[in-house]
Amino acid sequence: MNEQVKKTRDPFVRITKRDGVTFGKACIVRAVCIAVALLLCAILTVLVTGQNPLVMFATVFKGAFGKGRGFVTLHEAALLLCVSLAVTPAFRMRFWNIGAEGQALIGGLATAVIMFLFHDRMSTFPLVLLMTVSAVVAGAIWGVLPAIFKAHWGTNETLFTLMMNYIAIRLVEWFLKIADKSGSNVVSHSLLGDGIPNLFGVQYLFNIVVVALLTVVLYIYLQYSKHGYEIAVVGESENTARYVGINVRKVIIRTMILSGAICGLAGLLIVGGASHSIDSNIIKGRGFTAIMVSWLGKFNPLYMILTTFLLVFLARGADEVSTICGLNSSFSDILTGIILFFIIGSEFFIHYQMHFNWSFFEREKNDEAGAFSAEKPAQTDEKEEA
Amino acid sequence: MTVLITFIQRAILQATPLLFGATGEIITEKSGNLNLGIPGIMYTGAISGVIGGFFYQNACQAAGYAVVPIIAVLIPLLCSLVGSLLVTLIYCFLTITLRANQNVTGLAITTFGTGLGNFFGGSLIKITKSDVPYVALTKISLAFKKTLPFASKTGAFGTLFFSYGFLVYLSIILAIVAAIVLNKTRVGLHLRAVGENPATADAAGINVTKYKYFATAIGGMIAGLGGLFFVMDYSGGIWANNGFGDRGWLAIAIVIFALWKPNFAIPASFLFGGLYILYNYISASMALIPILQMSPYVVTLIALVLTSIRNNREKQPPASLGLSYFREER
Amino acid sequence: MAENIALQLKNISKHFGTIMANRKVDLDLVRGEILAVLGENGSGKTTLMNMIAGIYYPDEGQIFVDGKEATIRSPKDAFEYKIGMIHQHFKLVDIFTAAENIALGMHDEGKFDMAKIEASVAELTEKFGFEMDPRKKIYQMSVSEKQTVEILKILYRGADILILDEPTAVLTPQEIDKLFAVLRRMRESGKSIIIITHKLHEVMAISDRVAVLRRGEHIATVKTAEVSEAELTEMMVGKKISLNIDRTEPKNPTDRLIVKNLNCFSIDGIQKLSSVSFTARSGEILGIAGIAGSGQRELLEAIAGLQHLSGGEITYIDPQTGVEENLRDKTPQQIRELGVRLSFVPEDRLGMGLVGNMDIVDNMMLRSYRRGRSLFLDRKQPSNLADEIIASLEVVTPSSHTPVRRLSGGNVQKVLVGREIAAAPTVLMAAYPVRGLDINSSYMIYNLLNAQKENGVAVIFVGEDLDVLLELCDRILVLCGGKVSGIVEGRKAKKEQVGLMMTKTEGVS
Repeated sequence: MNEQVKKTRDPFVRITKRDGVTFGKACIVRAVCIAVALLLCAILTVLVTGQNPLVMFATVFKGAFGKGRGFVTLHEAALLLCVSLAVTPAFRMRFWNIGAEGQALIGGLATAVIMFLFHDRMSTFPLVLLMTVSAVVAGAIWGVLPAIFKAHWGTNETLFTLMMNYIAIRLVEWFLKIADKSGSNVVSHSLLGDGIPNLFGVQYLFNIVVVALLTVVLYIYLQYSKHGYEIAVVGESENTARYVGINVRKVIIRTMILSGAICGLAGLLIVGGASHSIDSNIIKGRGFTAIMVSWLGKFNPLYMILTTFLLVFLARGADEVSTICGLNSSFSDILTGIILFFIIGSEFFIHYQMHFNWSFFEREKNDEAGAFSAEKPAQTDEKEEA
Repeated sequence: MTVLITFIQRAILQATPLLFGATGEIITEKSGNLNLGIPGIMYTGAISGVIGGFFYQNACQAAGYAVVPIIAVLIPLLCSLVGSLLVTLIYCFLTITLRANQNVTGLAITTFGTGLGNFFGGSLIKITKSDVPYVALTKISLAFKKTLPFASKTGAFGTLFFSYGFLVYLSIILAIVAAIVLNKTRVGLHLRAVGENPATADAAGINVTKYKYFATAIGGMIAGLGGLFFVMDYSGGIWANNGFGDRGWLAIAIVIFALWKPNFAIPASFLFGGLYILYNYISASMALIPILQMSPYVVTLIALVLTSIRNNREKQPPASLGLSYFREER
Repeated sequence: MAENIALQLKNISKHFGTIMANRKVDLDLVRGEILAVLGENGSGKTTLMNMIAGIYYPDEGQIFVDGKEATIRSPKDAFEYKIGMIHQHFKLVDIFTAAENIALGMHDEGKFDMAKIEASVAELTEKFGFEMDPRKKIYQMSVSEKQTVEILKILYRGADILILDEPTAVLTPQEIDKLFAVLRRMRESGKSIIIITHKLHEVMAISDRVAVLRRGEHIATVKTAEVSEAELTEMMVGKKISLNIDRTEPKNPTDRLIVKNLNCFSIDGIQKLSSVSFTARSGEILGIAGIAGSGQRELLEAIAGLQHLSGGEITYIDPQTGVEENLRDKTPQQIRELGVRLSFVPEDRLGMGLVGNMDIVDNMMLRSYRRGRSLFLDRKQPSNLADEIIASLEVVTPSSHTPVRRLSGGNVQKVLVGREIAAAPTVLMAAYPVRGLDINSSYMIYNLLNAQKENGVAVIFVGEDLDVLLELCDRILVLCGGKVSGIVEGRKAKKEQVGLMMTKTEGVS
């Protein structure tokens, strides 16, 4: 009998799902996790560079908001936010679009092709219009292909969109070979022309304004439009969507056209509005970072502004630290990774609850004494993680 | 004829990192974990090996000893396995224990691992205050590249089959062993059950968490060897930032193309390796190179679409791929 | 006698929250017998069996196996006592073969050899007279074959006590005969078997003794040969209890919905509805009675445009114009566009009727959000509606912006029913609308349905409590195994009569 009891003893930690904590508590959990992550990053940086931590934090701020840097940081954030906005409608629908990198790149490619062909033959306005249309259409095509297969045959969209990224990269490389016979791996400004002119003579202002507008428009679309509502219903439960008569296939395809189109727009801004050149790494992994931005921002465009700035700020700051200390610029990727791990992990404490069974240890002693302690109900100690 | 033989030889060299990555990812995915951190883990495996080798080579130089081949192989190998294991365990802890989203976690691992590789690859000398100009582990690379003794004496046959370092053979052996374990052993049966239907496996008394941890960790370590091979053998011990390129993602493509079977991954890797370098051997115009390089991805997409349309139940991803398991959830 | 008892339950009680699932149940199983456990839905049969199989742990009471007290906390423990249970939902890996599924989780001695396992599975198969290829994949199997695999899985582990939870619910008559033959053979080889069922003719056909449960209590255990079906029915349903639900006479009922010869198959190819015909009239409540899974869900979903039908017609007659519309194979959206005001309270409230993560306001507009040409949502009306429903139905919620998944079951149901009624339906279908609700909430729902009836709505009410059906409904359609076994008058029908119709189709007019 005693043997049986031992075997079936309740475990020390029992995990149960909870309905989600209040918004305030969730924020505290996340803030604590980010703080711990930052602390860890600071320790790591000090260990690697051997610098005074206070000096280092100053360096981080200088890197992000120092003289002449603030506006560049803002522009960086705008570009990342643009791609993040693009993936958000798809994610709200639980469509795992990890192909934003490719969709943005193909948009950039379309922009570059138009610039390459027409920059010396067309006046600015029609040129920009043509660039925009082609970038948006190209991105939309790249986005809708996986959606069509997903909607009709349930093809795994994660893997499909991932593959599309690399096809886009090769297409860009093909264009590089055709456009620049010298064998260079970038098609430069001289071959593409000026693209989108500066707004009020301020560099990057156009991009920032477009993304700011887009954020507001997308927020309204997702939160207040009928389409946005349908996306949410499909994402929450396809069964409910069918019950109220939503055409699920149509919504999936329509939403991915939108998602791809915004990615294409991001490509336009990056190529036509910033670099005026194209190479196969022009998106610089923003398509992947965007997934985290969107996910961390709870797929809400307004929260995503915050998460974008957090990530861009860290990356730029860490860049500065590594430049000053003569370290490799990839140091910022390591720090970003660490912070992401903590934020990802923090979700657990918001959605699950841990119950510690302290009698787990006590019983061991009781068993030795031969007491039938298992007949007593297990005492569970509910500890709120915060 | 000789061109063909060099082509096949190069293709196999090109295929080896892919095969390591694909075998590792297949084992991982069989447990229901979609580890998109594989590219980062391969970087980690590479740089961990480089760090180990770097210290050993420097120590040898400082002491004036010659590099001992067996130690020159073992130290980086061990470092590589430990490095990949540690990074993979982050993924395991987040997705299995904390039940985090696998896509997001995987991508974060890739960011982290790639950063780790490029950071140490670029800053190793600075951090260790070493006086060498750049990381060149040529002596260690020679130990890795050591071929079978009769390779050079058996002509074309030798070039085709014996002219590789031991990691090439290891990659093939691991793929075959993985296939046998998955299909012919009780552990394999249990692992597949975990990836297909964790609730059923749990009810049958299989420890789902343990299987997921072990499969993902072992998968990550195998994938890390792909990175090690790339830097130590293929690149001759010279680290180049981002030199590994998109091979990690290509390995994931092979998993799909090989229909989640490690034995299929062997020819699939060779095919992809061949397609990767085909442009060097056909007299197409330069412009067509990227189109040829695109082919592995296009082929994979077609495979993915066809399997979903035909809906053959045997050729699908593991049914619970990408989902975390929580017993009390219904 | 005492030595011959394989399994004995003494004073077993189990409650979930405030609901008492089992109250002081005593039960014994003689070695080498087939014991039927009979009871209505919710009588606590499955809960009781789950406690033997290690899924739940009893709050009170003792279990004795072979005369010795046993502690069973997990299915694994149950296996150690040689007890195995076949649940209604199979736990099988689809792409594995039968033998692979059977071997899953086993740690036999020696080398892992699939061929050897297949051989011993084949041996078992033959011994008990099953028909199964151990190398066949589960996804290629019929439901009855899958069930065979589940039974073999338990036999392979050497179980002496087998519990089958409604094994015949998913089988065709021919398959049932085969299963019974196998069960008899197992009995001959000394196995003890418990079979949960609510089909009386099966009880009569297969069991040696019957244990009857009602509302969580053990009523009696009798020898099958010594009772009649009528006596069993009475034990099962009990005496009629008066509930005092107001029921008015229907006011000039006219035909609103005519359903003719509906046929429908599930994805697995099982016939869920066969030739179902009936008419729902305005101003009356048509009850649908039947054992769970007799086709109620499919019937309602077919009318709502969510089921593909293989045959039949659904005709709606517009109360204003008298125009007839065929609703068959129309999507819910098309049905709405025809001007048919059909409201549907589905069984799965949070999985189909509502979106758990959305607040009450957003759930209010699920049905109506398309209204108007605007691209944007109008949240004003839904918001007013939400406030109205919260006030009039006394929904307990912090605000109308609380996600509905945070509400209690009764409040979730009030939100759902409130929304469906607010659409001013001409046909209102409700599936198990009071399941899991407390008495007060239940009566509120009954009153709402009655109010709709008095407004001239054709109400279709799927219920499980016969007392409620008999007091609330004007007519009751009884389903059994996807067939209509009859339509009775709610005011005249006897509880036993309906109970009997629910359990068998033949011989009842």
